[in-house]
Amino acid sequence: MEKTPGIPSLEAVDLRCVRGERTLFEGLSFALKGGELLRIGGPNGSGKTSLLRIACGLLEPDRGEVRWGGESVRRLKEEFWARLLYLGHANALKDDLTAAENLQVACTLAGLVADGGKVGEALRSLGLAGCENLPARVLSQGQRRRVALARLALGGGTPLWVLDEPFTALDAAAIECVQDLIGGHVSRGGGVIYTTHYEASIGAAVSRRIDLAGSAT
Amino acid sequence: MIAALRCVIFRDLLLAARRNSDVLTVMLFFVIVVSLFPLGIGPEPKLLRTVAPGVLWVAALLASMLALNRMFAADHADGTLEQMMLGATPLGLVVAAKVFAHWLVTGLPLVLISPVLAIQFDLPRELFGVLVLSLALGTPVLSLIGAIGAALTLGLRGAGALLSLLVLPLYVPVLIIGAGAADAAASGLGGNAQLLLLGAMLIFAGAFAPWAAAAALRISVE
Repeated sequence: MEKTPGIPSLEAVDLRCVRGERTLFEGLSFALKGGELLRIGGPNGSGKTSLLRIACGLLEPDRGEVRWGGESVRRLKEEFWARLLYLGHANALKDDLTAAENLQVACTLAGLVADGGKVGEALRSLGLAGCENLPARVLSQGQRRRVALARLALGGGTPLWVLDEPFTALDAAAIECVQDLIGGHVSRGGGVIYTTHYEASIGAAVSRRIDLAGSAT
Repeated sequence: MIAALRCVIFRDLLLAARRNSDVLTVMLFFVIVVSLFPLGIGPEPKLLRTVAPGVLWVAALLASMLALNRMFAADHADGTLEQMMLGATPLGLVVAAKVFAHWLVTGLPLVLISPVLAIQFDLPRELFGVLVLSLALGTPVLSLIGAIGAALTLGLRGAGALLSLLVLPLYVPVLIIGAGAADAAASGLGGNAQLLLLGAMLIFAGAFAPWAAAAALRISVE
């Protein structure tokens, strides 16, 4: 696969996030350069998903900002989002579309060029051979997650990946496959931020971890 | 970017084709409401001819409102909306594509079937053109305005009632001008003024409503 062009760094400066009455975190800063892997840890409800959504620019932090190459992501908008691949809790699949159609739509929306052949290949690489033309409705939870994750196999040219619990509902073989995809992306110079409760073993030169306390008031 | 917009329109049409009960509900509602009026009012041709444009317009307005809360709800629930927000295409354009697809599925059929229903009211043939044209210009305006309301009430409890309250005052001018077009043509004045006004509304709403809806969606998703 092509080498990912060196990415400008993603920088979070002095973030504070308040949901409802609770302060989830404050004074949180981190930086991520190309070729680095960042894992966000912490118990349920500690603000992992909120942090990822802030990093993507979906959620506005109560204080601080996230910068991409020195410029705020809320100002860069599409210019930043074209370089971002976000995988949320929800799989963003339509029950009435087939696995291949779902993946095709997801890639086109993300601005990736994906023809039928590449889409089929990506689905097969995630162990979905034979399911390409089944409606997403009949797929199991794990298979649906795999369809969503198949975007990673096509998103090698997107510098920054933000993955929310990528390993949920996956079996051992699929976890291995996704770990390889993440490891490969990092080794090609891409940056990855992810959350998980699973102790993943991903080979990366620079691997860091932020733990959110959860009980901060 | 064009590929992404084409993909959104195609996807929404495909989804509507595979789950056609939603589309049929709107269509059936329109046909039933319009068909009940001649039965209720009685067979007085002069009266029927007078109320025809108004009845068709009110029914079209209610029918298009019926379909509004589904415009973004499914995409919101399954996470596709977030992907659209984080896509390489500006959200306003994606929303415009979605509204267009929504109109093709829920608005255009009403426009096409309205002449058939107008026969029940003994509407003079020469008014058919004005009526169809007024609906063809007016229903997209309804969809565009409705998109703002649907985006604002996304994910709220009791969104349906709130949506009607929000959108109805904005629908009233479209209704008055739209139904007025056929009335003016019937009285011999010609409906050009109303049609031009509807056209202006369509251009205005088409240029601004998708961006307003996009901004509302960003707030709703936070």
